[in-house]
Amino acid sequence: MKVLHNLAGPLESATTLTQALDRRRAGVRRLLAALLFLSLALIISVFLATGIGRMELSWSAIAGVLLNKLGLAAAPPDRTTEVVVWSIRLSRVVLSGLVGASLAAAGVVFQGLLLNPLADPFTLGVSTGGALGVALLVMLGVGGSFLGLSPLPLGALAGALGAMFAVLVLSREAGRVRKESLILAGIVVSTFLSALISLIKSLDEESLSAIVFWIMGSFSGRGWIHVGFLLPYVLAGLVLAAYHSRELDILALGEEQSHFLGVAVSRVRLKLLLGASLLTAGAVAVSGVIGFVGLVVPHLVRLVAGPAHGRLLALSAFTGALILIWADVLARVLLSSGQELPVGVVTALLGGPFFFYLLKSRQARGIW
Amino acid sequence: MIRAENLTLGYGDRLVLQGLDFRVAGGEFVGILGPNGSGKSTLLHALAGLLPPRGGQILVEGQALDDLASRLRAQTLAVVPQSSEVRFPFACLEIVLMGRYPHRRRFGNLTPEDLLLALQAMERTTTGHLRERPVTEVSGGECQQVVIARSLAQDPRILLLDEATSSLDVRKKLEIFEVLKFLNRTRGLTLLCAMHDLNLAALYCRRLMFVKNGRIVRDGPTEEVFTPEVLAEVYDTAMEVRRHPRSGRPYAVMLPPAAGEGELGASEPEAARA
Repeated sequence: MKVLHNLAGPLESATTLTQALDRRRAGVRRLLAALLFLSLALIISVFLATGIGRMELSWSAIAGVLLNKLGLAAAPPDRTTEVVVWSIRLSRVVLSGLVGASLAAAGVVFQGLLLNPLADPFTLGVSTGGALGVALLVMLGVGGSFLGLSPLPLGALAGALGAMFAVLVLSREAGRVRKESLILAGIVVSTFLSALISLIKSLDEESLSAIVFWIMGSFSGRGWIHVGFLLPYVLAGLVLAAYHSRELDILALGEEQSHFLGVAVSRVRLKLLLGASLLTAGAVAVSGVIGFVGLVVPHLVRLVAGPAHGRLLALSAFTGALILIWADVLARVLLSSGQELPVGVVTALLGGPFFFYLLKSRQARGIW
Repeated sequence: MIRAENLTLGYGDRLVLQGLDFRVAGGEFVGILGPNGSGKSTLLHALAGLLPPRGGQILVEGQALDDLASRLRAQTLAVVPQSSEVRFPFACLEIVLMGRYPHRRRFGNLTPEDLLLALQAMERTTTGHLRERPVTEVSGGECQQVVIARSLAQDPRILLLDEATSSLDVRKKLEIFEVLKFLNRTRGLTLLCAMHDLNLAALYCRRLMFVKNGRIVRDGPTEEVFTPEVLAEVYDTAMEVRRHPRSGRPYAVMLPPAAGEGELGASEPEAARA
């Protein structure tokens, strides 16, 4: 038979390999440039966001406090300025950035792992589970103090993992997690858990305000101690996710093919679920339920940077941090009365319509 | 290379295959044939380590398959599934590069060799022009070719194909099987293909394994087992086997059921054979 095509010979053109190599190198350079740009934007945003608030502060005063804390300048401007800038504003900005990064990274992992672009900590009920864990502890009176190691993050983690587990069990049919039933199960679990939270609220009037705090999602009154709580969760979650980012890419091919390619599917998936739940639980424990960041940010980044999860994870974490920092600034200044909006309200107000737009434009282009 | 000893496979309460014993030596080109639901895919899934055996064991290169670490298994053995759907818009080249996963170190960068193997695999499967296209935007057949390219980039010693070319047109089927034949001859790649296309199997496979009712009913060189008697027994359908004057390979033609029996489905197989 006539040879159908080139089997044994060299590549059709010797330039193909060099071309492909060049393409990849250019991709790496673009990624580094994007990360550099996002880092700069983040530093500038932290500085600007620290300057915005009820008390008018001059930029030089803020810079003075920051430089002093970094050990670069001698005397702080004055005690009040120092407290406002360092203990109140900067800690809050840093915390909102960390929470934004956690939620966005958790969204990347959930979407990749569950092959569902609609999956995020919020839609899967994981956030609500975390909030229920916190509400239970508040009701039992063990969560009042934030001195030392508070049990609240652990309550949030247990709640988040419990909700995740319940959703997986509910959406399992014949040994497989069906992507269609996953979101439905998430809604069912989320609604049920919300009802439980409402029940706790009505049973225990005293803890009502503390619980409402978590449900709405807010950074009001948070400080460095919360940053301290969150940091181990964020680091552990991000490390787990980044370590397995290549497997996340392969898992996008489905369970069977991942197995054929040599991924220890059950073990890796468990570790990734744990990582994403850690990220979510940490975020929920310090700031309550903040929706849409985990859903919209990975979508947005994927549009620009493509679906590879290593890149997606890094860029989404930065973008999530930026978005939540500015959402919190809006939450602080939007109401002219000087009152604060819960930041969860801001992200939902911004994220809802934006996500609707994303979905529509995706449909129009025939993806997903 | 592959040894199955008293292998029993099943799902839940249902046993699909029972008491299988066979060996496949390195460099063989084996076709697994049988009617729908006879357990061809089940057998391949077990050989791929996806379905743990109910009884007996599978040895790959002398090692029990269960003891083999996932990555080591994937370095030895690749699988092309019947069809695949990818939900994220990875470029086709990225999909093929995933075949290099079991060979790469965790934090190691992609080497030029990885890239070369991927590009070569794409050229061999005539998918070179799809390199930068998102896999979500190519046709089902093209996606299947890309998945086959990925399995070639995996550079395995054993390749299992589960109806891998069923969704491809004639030309593409031949292209893929020419590549398989080439790799089988030059590299000694061991091939096991579950197939429905009898004539494609007869054209390329040198050994055929017929599976029916949970057992291997016939197993031998294609020339010896590709006969009207065996085909009628396995498929309950009357067939005529001829040898093609040009290729020299046997081929089967199905015969309509005996006159007066009406619809094919209504006729008794025995009557059709009589």
